[in-house]
Amino acid sequence: MKNNWPLWEVFVRSKNGLEHRHFGSLHAADAEMALENARDVYTRRNEGVSIWVVESKHITASNPDDNAELFEPAKDKVYRHPTFYDLPDEVKHM
Amino acid sequence: MKNDNLIQYIYSIADNALILGQRLSELCGHGPSLETDIGITNMALDLLGQTRSYFQYAAKLSEEDITEDDLAYLRTERQYRNVLLVEQPNRDFAYVITRQFLFDAFHLLLLQKLQNSADETLSAIAKKSIKEVSYHFRFSSDWVKRLGDGTDKSHAKIQDAVDNLWTYTDELFHNLGTDSELIEKGIAIDLTKLKEEYYNKIKEIISEATLSIPESKYFQKGGKKGIHTEHMGYLLADLQYMQRTYPNMKW
Amino acid sequence: MSEKEVKNLEAIFEDKIARDEKIEPKDWMPEKYRQTHIRQISQHAHSEIVGMLPEGNWITRAPSLRRKVALLAKVQDEAGHGLYLYSACETLGVSREELYEQLHIGKAKYSSIFNYPTITWADIGAIGWLVDGAAIINQVPLCSTSYGPYARAMIRVCKEESFHQRQGYEIMMILANGTPEQKEMAQDALNRWWWPALMMLGPTDAESVHTEQSMKWKLKRKTNDELRQQFIDQTVPQADLIGLSIPDPDLKWNEETGHYDFGAIDWDEFWQVVKGHGPCNKERLNARVSAWEEGEWVRDAAMAYAKKQENIKLKKAI
Repeated sequence: MKNNWPLWEVFVRSKNGLEHRHFGSLHAADAEMALENARDVYTRRNEGVSIWVVESKHITASNPDDNAELFEPAKDKVYRHPTFYDLPDEVKHM
Repeated sequence: MKNDNLIQYIYSIADNALILGQRLSELCGHGPSLETDIGITNMALDLLGQTRSYFQYAAKLSEEDITEDDLAYLRTERQYRNVLLVEQPNRDFAYVITRQFLFDAFHLLLLQKLQNSADETLSAIAKKSIKEVSYHFRFSSDWVKRLGDGTDKSHAKIQDAVDNLWTYTDELFHNLGTDSELIEKGIAIDLTKLKEEYYNKIKEIISEATLSIPESKYFQKGGKKGIHTEHMGYLLADLQYMQRTYPNMKW
Repeated sequence: MSEKEVKNLEAIFEDKIARDEKIEPKDWMPEKYRQTHIRQISQHAHSEIVGMLPEGNWITRAPSLRRKVALLAKVQDEAGHGLYLYSACETLGVSREELYEQLHIGKAKYSSIFNYPTITWADIGAIGWLVDGAAIINQVPLCSTSYGPYARAMIRVCKEESFHQRQGYEIMMILANGTPEQKEMAQDALNRWWWPALMMLGPTDAESVHTEQSMKWKLKRKTNDELRQQFIDQTVPQADLIGLSIPDPDLKWNEETGHYDFGAIDWDEFWQVVKGHGPCNKERLNARVSAWEEGEWVRDAAMAYAKKQENIKLKKAI
């Protein structure tokens, strides 16, 4: 492989009050360029008020093979949800 | 034409945006990377948008039955008031970036003053354009540094571009003969006063980019008087092709 | 992994797709699924960036400032769409540079319609109206395709493309209502682009090798012939509305089927262009290759600069 620009992930806050959301990726030589490219590529239609960029190699992702042990144990812990608890109808707003 | 001096003044600003926008739009689809291609097209779109605002205003001022397109497309070469710098061809990416950088630094200073113009429309256009041009200046300055302090090859290429385009910088600060009255009224900007700040600014970035500042004291001029380089005719042939071949039609 | 284990994984995988669940990059997928997606998504990406060229040809000559900015923005969008699609493809473990390489050596395909020349301004109208029209028909179903990154890219693409076809139709409408010269220009463009636009929807079902598998993976929802019929049915009335005629003497409304019948497509021409012998195949590929090669020193410079800056930062930290 030659001297190619690394891949970056782009996160955009579409307006204040909302979280940054993953918008896509792009190539750039450095962080400053990644930010400028993200502005030029992903906010052409007024989509954002704030941008984060992170080089893709710095993201650690969980392995889907581990999904059973990572996520399934949470499925039956119904007591973490409000509907688990029976209250009389007279009690409103709780 | 009514308000002729003011209209000439508007040409001297708008034609820079039009001609540079035209040059940049030649690059669409041919950039060194998709991301850079998109970035450069954004600048072209900003400049063409500014052009339209200026020409719509000039058309109105003329009190004649003309449109922005009559002004953009149907003047003769001698009637275009852009500086020679912006009509210089896209020799390679180093020239594109250097031309942009040398112009952006000036453009930003001009708009910062023009936003206080006594003419409300010009002031409003300037206020809106400053945001766009601040970004252009950031984009082009960053690229000057990347190319200057990148590889030996890029350093040599951009040094060549700086050396060759330097001769067109002085003209940026020439007022039109007809500007003096407008300057007195606070409508037009006295460009000679921007010169010092301009050279300080660009020399700082050129040095940071590890490039040397050209020493030549010989400068080219003429664009603002409608005496252009040989490149201009071909640019206009493209720009005006449809309007000249099929006159008086709507598109 | 044993053959049996693979079979089992494949069954789980196919079930997942049948349930309309998405496949994400790190999920297990059959090698054929990966390869088919790399092929289709990259072909799609290449079409976007090669597609910039015929229209880009008219940016500097657009007849008004309004048309110029609209066209510039449209061609720029195509660069963006190419970028989204290359990114989606990269999640399958192949780099953008590798994909470019395949395009540049002629190994990868792109939509053959972009090998036709744009010779008048009306061609820009015809491309927006017909080519984007046909593309939308192909693309909308892909917003719910099975591979997550592709579906997400397509949602963004479809959202942004909504102005493209309108832009083209508006150009044609103004020309058709303009001077006789302008109307003739519009009709001539329609005559030249109509058949290539029909071919763009792919070979007839009988000859299409990928359809069945693609249906299963939701890379396709309808067959090429169904899509083509849909395109014709929706486009003919649009031509009528602006007084242009479709260049097909056999075209007529069929009461019984509720569709238009249409004449025979010249598939020899289609295969000739696909195999690299269309009017502009060489020009298009050369333009892409030279943009890439001439950009190499620029990309290298940016990397060298980035490394120097990184080193300066490191030194300061020490």
